[in-house]
Amino acid sequence: MADALELALRLVLVLGAFLVLPLLVGQTEHKVMAHMQSRVGPMYAGGFHGWAQLIADGVKFAQKEDVVPAAADGAVFRLAPAVAMVPYLVVLVAIPIGPGLVGQELDIGLFFVLAVMGVGVLGTLMAGWASANKYSLLGGMRVAAQLMAYELPFVLAAVSPAMAARTLSLSGIVEAWEPWWLIWQLPGLVVFFVAGLAELQRPPFDMPVADSELVFGPYTEYTGLRFALFLLAEYAGIVVLAALTTVLFLGGWQGPFADQLGWLWSLTKIGVVALLVVWLRVAVPRLRADQLQRLAWQALVPIALFQLALTSAVGVWNG
Amino acid sequence: MPTAAAASIFPRLTRMDGYYGSYVPVLAIIVVGAVLVTAMFLGNRLLRPSRPSPEKQLTYESGVDPVGTGWAQIHLRYYVFAYLYVVFAVDAVFLFPWATVYAGLGWVTVGEMGVFIGIIAVGLVYAWRKGVLAWT
Repeated sequence: MADALELALRLVLVLGAFLVLPLLVGQTEHKVMAHMQSRVGPMYAGGFHGWAQLIADGVKFAQKEDVVPAAADGAVFRLAPAVAMVPYLVVLVAIPIGPGLVGQELDIGLFFVLAVMGVGVLGTLMAGWASANKYSLLGGMRVAAQLMAYELPFVLAAVSPAMAARTLSLSGIVEAWEPWWLIWQLPGLVVFFVAGLAELQRPPFDMPVADSELVFGPYTEYTGLRFALFLLAEYAGIVVLAALTTVLFLGGWQGPFADQLGWLWSLTKIGVVALLVVWLRVAVPRLRADQLQRLAWQALVPIALFQLALTSAVGVWNG
Repeated sequence: MPTAAAASIFPRLTRMDGYYGSYVPVLAIIVVGAVLVTAMFLGNRLLRPSRPSPEKQLTYESGVDPVGTGWAQIHLRYYVFAYLYVVFAVDAVFLFPWATVYAGLGWVTVGEMGVFIGIIAVGLVYAWRKGVLAWT
């Protein structure tokens, strides 16, 4: 019975994190991006500096009519937002934010996390195809091409900390982490983060949804709550990417007073990485699809392979 | 006690410490996700209006009537992307278990993995030079 209660508590915490953290990132993006562009951003909803803007958005989305185009493949079209969103919830269950503070410790946590994250892209592809819209289809094709570009460097870079820690357990990787990883795992960190941005289709890699070319790419035909779920999936994706970067490369909960304040260290590092994601959206112009391919094959993959060679050499050297 | 009865029927599933037991929360969170989405859609159905009209359900094409169908013919060459993707997915499956044990096995295993990744990388470079990965 105690097991079941504890399981329920863990699930509630994971669900809470899934529902709250993406909104925090979204609101931060609203305000930070605004100030970076010499605007003030939302100021009215909730009174104090528009803190409730995303809640107001959510209430509005929930009341909007759900339009399914007559030409669309209805069942796939309706299911796609769920397929895009739920994987990020599932991933969160395996990410540790403190010693023992994890939804469920998995022996092959890293492998599990990467596998489940891959499913999220499927939702976007489903949306692109099922919409029966030319913009959506083109966006979907770009997603598929983008998938090829980032998946290889993403996985190769993720293997590197696992090799250094000699475990696939995410908690194990954090425990094995030492500050000097920041230096010799730096190439892997950069590749992982950039490839992760491409996976999330975040600027500067948002050509699948490029608004000036494709309206909103695969999401063009979506309205109301289903549209909101895609947005939620994007911001949950930022949280997951930031959390994985933290766990794999930035030492997770490690820091002064890690035993008591470990969770705070984790959340702080996740917040900083998420802020960097927002910053890049403001600072870097969108790449073209072929530029991403070139970046991936000519820069990310070679750097990731170099990192693998370096990590294996250091690992064998230390025996 | 219901949990005891369940434990006797599914001992490997209800023990949280066993190998399969560690995936019970994963299954549970998938169920939670499904329930969450269902609840959202049900709540949405109660709150939203529904007044479909042919104009509203027309495919969006920047305000003009859509031309032809949205499902265009796609160059068959595109399936090469899918093949490459599968190759690297399989590559990753081998790479991950290797990453946990390579250090104890010494330089030979590093060389072997280098050969393995090298062959795939050569294939990738070949595909790239053939223009398969070009965006046209």
